[in-house]
Amino acid sequence: MVEHVIELKDVSLALGGAPVLEHVSLTVRRGDFLAVLGPNGGGKSTLLKVMLGLTRPDSGTVRVLGAPAGEAGGRIGYLPQFTHVSGSFPITVLDAVRMGLVRPGLAGVAGMGRGAREVELADRALSRVNMEEHRDRKLAGLSGGQKQRVFIARALVGDPELLLMDEPTASVDSASRNSLFHLLAELNREMTVVMVSHDLSSLASGVKSVACVNRTLHFHDAPEITGEMFKMSYGGSGDACCPVELVTHGEVPHRVLLNHDREEGE
Amino acid sequence: MTDILHYEFMQNALAAGLLTSLICGIIGTLVVVNRIVFISGGIAHASYGGVGLAFFLGLPVLPVTTGFTLAAALIMALVTLHAKERADTVIGVLWAAGMALGIILLDFTPGYNVDLMSYLFGSILAVPREDLPVMAGQAVLLLGLVATFYRGFLVMSFDEEFARSRGVPVDFLYFLLISMVGVSVVMIIRVVGLILVIALLTIPPFMAERHTRSLSGMMTVSTGLSVLFTVTGLVVSYLTNITSGAAIIAVASVGFFLSFLLPHRTD
Repeated sequence: MVEHVIELKDVSLALGGAPVLEHVSLTVRRGDFLAVLGPNGGGKSTLLKVMLGLTRPDSGTVRVLGAPAGEAGGRIGYLPQFTHVSGSFPITVLDAVRMGLVRPGLAGVAGMGRGAREVELADRALSRVNMEEHRDRKLAGLSGGQKQRVFIARALVGDPELLLMDEPTASVDSASRNSLFHLLAELNREMTVVMVSHDLSSLASGVKSVACVNRTLHFHDAPEITGEMFKMSYGGSGDACCPVELVTHGEVPHRVLLNHDREEGE
Repeated sequence: MTDILHYEFMQNALAAGLLTSLICGIIGTLVVVNRIVFISGGIAHASYGGVGLAFFLGLPVLPVTTGFTLAAALIMALVTLHAKERADTVIGVLWAAGMALGIILLDFTPGYNVDLMSYLFGSILAVPREDLPVMAGQAVLLLGLVATFYRGFLVMSFDEEFARSRGVPVDFLYFLLISMVGVSVVMIIRVVGLILVIALLTIPPFMAERHTRSLSGMMTVSTGLSVLFTVTGLVVSYLTNITSGAAIIAVASVGFFLSFLLPHRTD
């Protein structure tokens, strides 16, 4: 077993001439729970896509689960950003979750893929996200938060070694957000978790380390936000680009974020 | 009413209509859920260039048109995969260029002129019997391919990015799908015309999508609706003596608008 689940060395990437990532190096240990924070457009999702092999960097090396990026697909659970999925697709909740069991290559996508074992695994994943009672409903009829939980079940169902989640709390209300973080912390006992978020409050639970991405990457081996780190990752002095004026060192669940009259981003 | 089936041309038209419905029900479903209606329209129109090329060179129409259409389809697929932002523009250009090429080549071909109208609206009532086995073979081939890679098509259509992250060969499946569209379109255009191909590729799957719970269910319902529209359209055309292709499209369009009156099934 590899000790380092993800190894990025000096990765740089430009999209349409504009640099998105510059000289990013990152090592994620097995069992870590890494939160990737940063402003919208700062390169967080791109970083995740580089890890998945969906986007090739211009330079640098990427190894995931001991293989070049994109070659360990069957052992990674991925939650894409919510907006990627078609809204009216004819599919049931159970069948959507079973898609997470598709294996790589042509052999993995052959045939109709029915099987009692698959249904059993999908049922188990659905019950982990408390969606088992909706298993036979059509996905299009669910609320945004329910759909998000179905997609989390889809990421889990293959029992992955590494879970990559892009904004898992998007379109989830605050009550289910807490249960979601609880679930992620629980899953982290079995697998390495990397979670992208533009939401600072996602630091509040289970997170073991933090990477701030805003074209460059700053790694912090503890789940704390420092003013210094804030400046580095968001650039310049607070006010201009960030609504939070004060961040103190303190216990994780009790962060005070001031001044909400200016909303960040979306 | 039953005397309608006594004419051999009517039997052929009906058989061609049923095979077309089957092909369009399966391929149309994949076209709609993958949102490649525009590229399919581009492929269908560009294929006219192949028709012109075949007549100009004096070669058999079906193989030349198929080859030409596949080449145009693969170019469009490449552009879609590698230059996403401008893909629709490039497809629009190929769409127009293919048609213009066909017309110019036919102008240069002495002594023969294909009726553009029959290309646009087809001539389902004039389907030669020997075309039917070719269509049937093609329908079996498409069914076989879709059944073989059903799961891949399902995962790709639902969430391409997730499919790629799992290591699903999305590019291969996409090229396969576009090629299947190209081959289907060429065969069906000969029979029912370009406009009807687009109508049958889109209207039944769109109606089916809202009332089914799986991709295979959507294919089945689409095929059923296509059959209903085609047969009704043929009967209407026979009774009222209007152009058959247009009659089928008219019936389908009426069905399309009526379907909005049905309650929307979500569960």
